[in-house]
Amino acid sequence: MRSVLSALAAGLLLGSSAHAEPSATNGHVLFVKVGCYQCHGYQGQGGAGPRIAPDPLPFDGLAAFVRTTSGEMPPYTTTILSDNDLADIYAYLQSIPRPPALADVPLLKQ
Amino acid sequence: METMKVDRRKFLAGVAGASAASTMAAPRGAAAAPAVKFPSAAARAAETLVPAALPASPGRPGSDFMVDVIRSLGIEYIAANPASSFRGLQESIVNYGGNAKPEFLTCMHEESSVAMAHGYFKIAGKPMGVLCHGTVGLQHASMGLYNAWCDRVPVIMILGNIVDAAKRRPGVEWLHTAQDVAAIVRDFTKWDDLPGSLQHFAESSVRAYKIATTPPMEPVVIVADGGLQEGPISDGESLAIPRLVATAPPQGDAGAVREAARLLANAQAPVIVADRLARTPQGITLLVELAETLNAPVIDQRGRMNFPTAHYLCHSERARALIGQADVICGLELTDYWGTVNAYTDNHERTTTARTKAGVKLVSIGVGDLYTKSNYQDFERFAAVDVPIAGDGEATLPALIEAVKASLPAERRTAIAGRAEAMRKAHAAMRERQRVDATYAWDATPVSTARLSAELWGAIKNEDWSLVSPDNFISRWPHRLWTMEKHHHFIGGSGGAGEGYGLPAAVGAALANRAAGRLSVNIQCDGDMMYAPGALWTAVHHQLPLLTVMHNNRAYHQETMHLQRLGNRRNRGVDRAGIGTAITNPNVDYAKLAQSMGMWGEGPIENPADLGPALARAVAVVKRGEPALLDVVTQPR
Repeated sequence: MRSVLSALAAGLLLGSSAHAEPSATNGHVLFVKVGCYQCHGYQGQGGAGPRIAPDPLPFDGLAAFVRTTSGEMPPYTTTILSDNDLADIYAYLQSIPRPPALADVPLLKQ
Repeated sequence: METMKVDRRKFLAGVAGASAASTMAAPRGAAAAPAVKFPSAAARAAETLVPAALPASPGRPGSDFMVDVIRSLGIEYIAANPASSFRGLQESIVNYGGNAKPEFLTCMHEESSVAMAHGYFKIAGKPMGVLCHGTVGLQHASMGLYNAWCDRVPVIMILGNIVDAAKRRPGVEWLHTAQDVAAIVRDFTKWDDLPGSLQHFAESSVRAYKIATTPPMEPVVIVADGGLQEGPISDGESLAIPRLVATAPPQGDAGAVREAARLLANAQAPVIVADRLARTPQGITLLVELAETLNAPVIDQRGRMNFPTAHYLCHSERARALIGQADVICGLELTDYWGTVNAYTDNHERTTTARTKAGVKLVSIGVGDLYTKSNYQDFERFAAVDVPIAGDGEATLPALIEAVKASLPAERRTAIAGRAEAMRKAHAAMRERQRVDATYAWDATPVSTARLSAELWGAIKNEDWSLVSPDNFISRWPHRLWTMEKHHHFIGGSGGAGEGYGLPAAVGAALANRAAGRLSVNIQCDGDMMYAPGALWTAVHHQLPLLTVMHNNRAYHQETMHLQRLGNRRNRGVDRAGIGTAITNPNVDYAKLAQSMGMWGEGPIENPADLGPALARAVAVVKRGEPALLDVVTQPR
C-alpha cells in the first residue's frame, strides 16, 4: 500500500512539474467547481470536513490522500480532477492568508 | 370619483354571465380557454350567504364542555390552521372561552402547528394543544408529529372528524373524514382514542395528557367528533372532568443502579454521555453533581441543554478521544448508543470500527427500552450494553449519585479528586482551540458560521437569551463559543430531522420565552425556512420577541455533499452536484419575505463587517417585543 501511495504521489508530482505555473486563481475556481468548499469551507477553514488551509499538508501527502482516501471524503480520480487541476487547487490553498491572531479579535476574547 | 354599490348576488351572476359569454365568443383558432364550471346558485348561497336568522342552538354545546376539559389540563395555547371539522370547538374557544387559556394561535400549516407545540414544550415544560383537521390536516401534521415522537416531546393533538355519515355535509366533508382517522400516525404517537361521548372525551383527554407527559414523553391524539362538538349537552347529562395528577416518572431498578455506580466509582477513566437527559433545569444540576462526584468528563450530545459549556468537565468537543480512552461509559438517554461507541465510514466500502478500547463497560440509563414500536426505525442500531437500565434518566440520577457516593472508598476519593486538575487544563485547552479555530475565514465572504455565531453572541450575551434552534448545521459554533448554562439556553434539535421544523419550533419556543421576558434567538437554515415560511406571519401576528438570523448558504447543503459523494464514487464528476440541491437562480430575498408578512427584515448581509451593526438594529427591534429577521449569506457550515 505504501508503495502504491508513493507511486501515486510521484506521478502527481511529475504531473505538477509538467504544469509549469500552477494558478491560485484557477485553483480558487476549481475549489468551488469540484466541491472542495462544501466540506472544507470557501477558505479551507473547515466545516463538515477538517481545516486544510492555510498551511496545507505537503503536496505529495495531500495528493495521495485525495486520490486514494477510503475515509469520509470521497476519492477524486484523475478522470474527475486532473493532476494539473489538483496542482492549481493546491496553489490556491497556499495562497490563503493566515487568520488574525486570537488576541486581535475582540469578539473572541473570553 | 364614481362609487358603485355592488350587489353580491348580482355581481356573481354578472361574472358568470360575462365569463360564459367570452368563452362562447372565443375566435376560431385561438387557444381554447379551459371550461369553467361555476357553482350553482344554491352552492354559492351555501358558501357565501348567512341566513337572516339562525335557529337558536338547543342548549349548551358539547364543545363548550371540551373547552372546560382543555382548561382543566392547564393548556394555555391551541395551535391550529382553521378547519371545519373542529369549527364547533374553535367557536367555543374564542367565544365561550374568551380566547384565553387556551388562546388560539393562527398557523399557516398543520406541520407548523405541531412544530410550534414542539418548540413550546422545550421551554415551557408543559404541552401545547394542537387542533387538527381530519385526513388532510393530519397528513400535513404527520411530519411534525414524527419529529416530536423521535424527540420524545408531548403534543396533545385534538383531531376533528365526523363519525356519523348521516350527518356529514355532502362533498368535501366526506373527503376530510376517515373511519379510523388517527391510523396514519399511530406508528409514531403513544396513544389515541375516539371518544363516543362527552364524558368519554373528558376521561380520555386526561388519560392522554398523563400518557403524553409520562416519560417516555410522546405525542397523543384525541379525536373530537363533530357531532359531539356541535350537539348539545343532553338535559340531565352528568359530566365530570377527572382530576389530573401527574404520573411519577419511572426510575431505574435499584440493584442495577448500584451495579452501575460500582463500575463508575472504580473506573480509571469514566466518561458520561448525555443526549435527551435534562427534561428540566434540575437535570442539569444533577448531571453536574454526578460529574463532579466522579470528576468524569461529560460529552453532551445536545438533544437537550444538559451541561454548562463553561464547566471544567464539559468536554463535548473531545468526544472521540475520550470514548477511545474510557474504561466505563455511562450513557444517559442516548438516542444512538451504537453510534456513540462505533465509527461508521460512508464510502465505497461501508466500514464500521469500534471507537472503544477492549474491556470497556457500557452503562445505559434511559426510557428507550420502555416503549418501542416496530415500523419506524428511530430506535437506531442495537448496542450491546453491559448494564442497561430502563428508567427516566433525570429521575434516576439522584439514586445513581447516592449509590456512587456510597461506593467510593476513601482511596478512590483521593484518586478521583486528583483527576480535576487534568480535566480543568484539558477543558481550557479545548475552549482555547475553539476560539482559535473561529479566527479562520474570519473576514471571509460569505460570512463564516463562526463569525456569525461570535457576532451574535456579542449582541445578546448581556440579555436574558434563549437559543431556540439547533446548531448542528453551523458546526455547533454557539456551543463552542458561547457560555451556555441555563436550561432555556438551548432547546435541542428536531428529533426526526424532518425539514420544516426550525422556524415554527422557534416561534413556539419564543411564545414560551415571552412569558419570562426572554429574547429568543433562532439561527435559521434557509432550506428549512422554505418549507413553511408562513410561521413568520404567525410570529408577527402574535407579537413574539424572536430574532431570526438566516444561515443562508443557498443550498440544501447536506444533500449537495451526498450528491458529490456519489458522483465521486461513480467517477462521474461533482460539478453538477448543485442540480436539485442549490437554492440559487434566483436567490431568495429573506428580508423581503419577512417584510411581506409585516416583520422587520434586513439583508442580505454578505460583508462580515456589516453584521455587527445590523444585529444591533435587529436586537433593538426584538427588545421592543417584535420579531425581526436578518438575512446573512453564509459559508456552507
